[in-house]
Amino acid sequence: MTETRLRDAMPTAIGTPPDAVAPILQVQNLHTHFFTGEGIVHAVDGASFAVHPGKTLGIVGESGCGKSVAAKSILQIVDKPGRIVDGEILYTYTDKSGRYRHENILSLPSDSRQMKSIRGGEISMIFQEPMSSFSPIHSVGNQLTETIRLHTDMDQRTAREAAIEWLSRVGIPNPARRVEEYPYQMSGGQCQRAMIAMALSTNPRILIADEPTTALDVTTQAQILNLLQRLQAEQGMAMIFITHDLGVIAEVADEVAVMYLGRVVERAPVQEIFRNPQHPYTRALLTSIPSIEAQPRQRLPTISGSIPHPQNRPPGCPFHPRCPEYMAGTCEQKEPQLASVGTNHEVSCFLYPGC
Amino acid sequence: MLGYLIRRVLYGLLTIFAVSVLSFTIIQLPPGDYVTSYIASLEAQGDEVSAEEAAALRAYFGLGEPAYIQYGKWMWQIMQGNWGMSFQYRVPVTEIIGQRLLLTIVLALGSLIFIWVVAIPIGIYSAVRQYSVLDYIATMFGFTGLAIPDFLFALVLMYLAWDWFNFSIGGLFSPEYLSAPWSLGRVFDLLQHLIIPIVVLGTSGTASLIRITRANLLDELRKPYVVTARAKGMNEWQLIFKYPVRLAFNPIISITAYILPFLVSGSVIVSVVLNLPTVGPVLLRSLLSQDMFLAGAIILMIGVMTVIGTLLSDILLGIVDPRVRLR
Repeated sequence: MTETRLRDAMPTAIGTPPDAVAPILQVQNLHTHFFTGEGIVHAVDGASFAVHPGKTLGIVGESGCGKSVAAKSILQIVDKPGRIVDGEILYTYTDKSGRYRHENILSLPSDSRQMKSIRGGEISMIFQEPMSSFSPIHSVGNQLTETIRLHTDMDQRTAREAAIEWLSRVGIPNPARRVEEYPYQMSGGQCQRAMIAMALSTNPRILIADEPTTALDVTTQAQILNLLQRLQAEQGMAMIFITHDLGVIAEVADEVAVMYLGRVVERAPVQEIFRNPQHPYTRALLTSIPSIEAQPRQRLPTISGSIPHPQNRPPGCPFHPRCPEYMAGTCEQKEPQLASVGTNHEVSCFLYPGC
Repeated sequence: MLGYLIRRVLYGLLTIFAVSVLSFTIIQLPPGDYVTSYIASLEAQGDEVSAEEAAALRAYFGLGEPAYIQYGKWMWQIMQGNWGMSFQYRVPVTEIIGQRLLLTIVLALGSLIFIWVVAIPIGIYSAVRQYSVLDYIATMFGFTGLAIPDFLFALVLMYLAWDWFNFSIGGLFSPEYLSAPWSLGRVFDLLQHLIIPIVVLGTSGTASLIRITRANLLDELRKPYVVTARAKGMNEWQLIFKYPVRLAFNPIISITAYILPFLVSGSVIVSVVLNLPTVGPVLLRSLLSQDMFLAGAIILMIGVMTVIGTLLSDILLGIVDPRVRLR
């Protein structure tokens, strides 16, 4: 019963895009900088990636490579003193009146009505620390119903029922009672489930999951990943999955974007990334995964050096100081661009023509 | 919640007992007693007091017995509603304190409300718009307010009020209402006279509460749940008031308990300067003359006010924060 009610409450049905393979969200040349007292930090520095309807884009990279900032930039919720200084985020969607729209959502003012309805309504987000991502002094139900009411015209009671229904859909037992509880009364895994329920309760078309399993133990991690995949199939939504865990990427992603120092260095379907990595950074990342077949006492390969501080970004290709394939005279002189090296496979490295 | 309440009340009673013992001990600490200082003042006027007379006086006031018996008698009398006599004024303590206590509470509550109403909105604005021009102005005002001693501020305001508006701000009533029965006019007159004392008393509290609110809210604004609320598509100000401000309130509620007694005891000098009929100046004089029961009663009442304030803030915290209530 509640199932149908939920569907009825959905915003105007979403039509099929004119071109089924066209990306639902396209980030182009995004620059998000932080203007701190010590200087400008180029957290995101020319990142480009695309998300296709119903598919999962995995964004991988070491900590500090700008994954989270890129995600927050999509929703225009970058913390101060960060500011999106350049780029385009093209979003294809149907508005409330059923009209088709394809527009650069970066051109919408951050506090505009339209942006607020996209934020949480069209594109939802879940976070790394489920416990602290809920307000500790408001009940989970309060925070869920609030989200639902922000984006639908349900009254308080219906929204509450929808919240309970969603809690049961994400596998929280006894939801009618748990809805009253506060985050500290739940476990980390349950909090993340509730967070997923909150994010999906508005039937978004894209879910941004920013390291949703990093703070959880391995068993819970697997459960949350399964849950996300199941709900993604049920809702038919696209997902941007941010992680530094290549194992997780292999499991959930359809396409992968590898980020390094604020830009995407390689983009390819997931199998291609694992079987045929082209960028030296991607290759280095893959060889540093511990293997079950490794010999005892064998040292795990690592990437030499460490990520430079984004404030002293190396000139040219940002990876050149750590790159095993470094070509003097080229790599530190010019900045490589993403160029195609195969079907749906793009790399930004001077080893390949066209970069 | 009920268990929590009962526990708090019991702790409160225990604290009041401790306060009564402490206040009695403190009053006993200076060498000599009321009779000593009474004799000293008589001798200063040229009178001679013999040893027998002194002993008779001590017996009359019940000062000859050991301290713990004096304490026991004192407590026993208080529990029966008898706060004892003031040695100095030779009238029951309640008679001296009565109306003064009421005015003190009115003044303290008025200052508290003034502090909250002024400091919290400014603090919130300062945090949300950190490093804006208005934030800097608020910071400047805050530090200035903290740095100026109350009594100096009172003196300056008194001078200005007299010099510019020809308005005497000493006391709490105009001469024509001084001993008039309560009426609407008298209340209005009182309110008019309360403004300056409230501003004087509230300034340093306001200044520090602005800083506290700002710091707390800045901490809360960086928490992940704020990002979540933003990502939901909430209106910025709406979410600030629903989430971080609510959480930043916890420490503010806790410190309010301590502002209350501070306002009472902190008002001593201001009350002397502004000639306010509060308990402050009486406390000062009773301590100087070792007027035991009077001083004891006032200190005990300040203690009780602290305990009540703490209790109220605990209850308020329990209402505001489920973690306090349920754990």
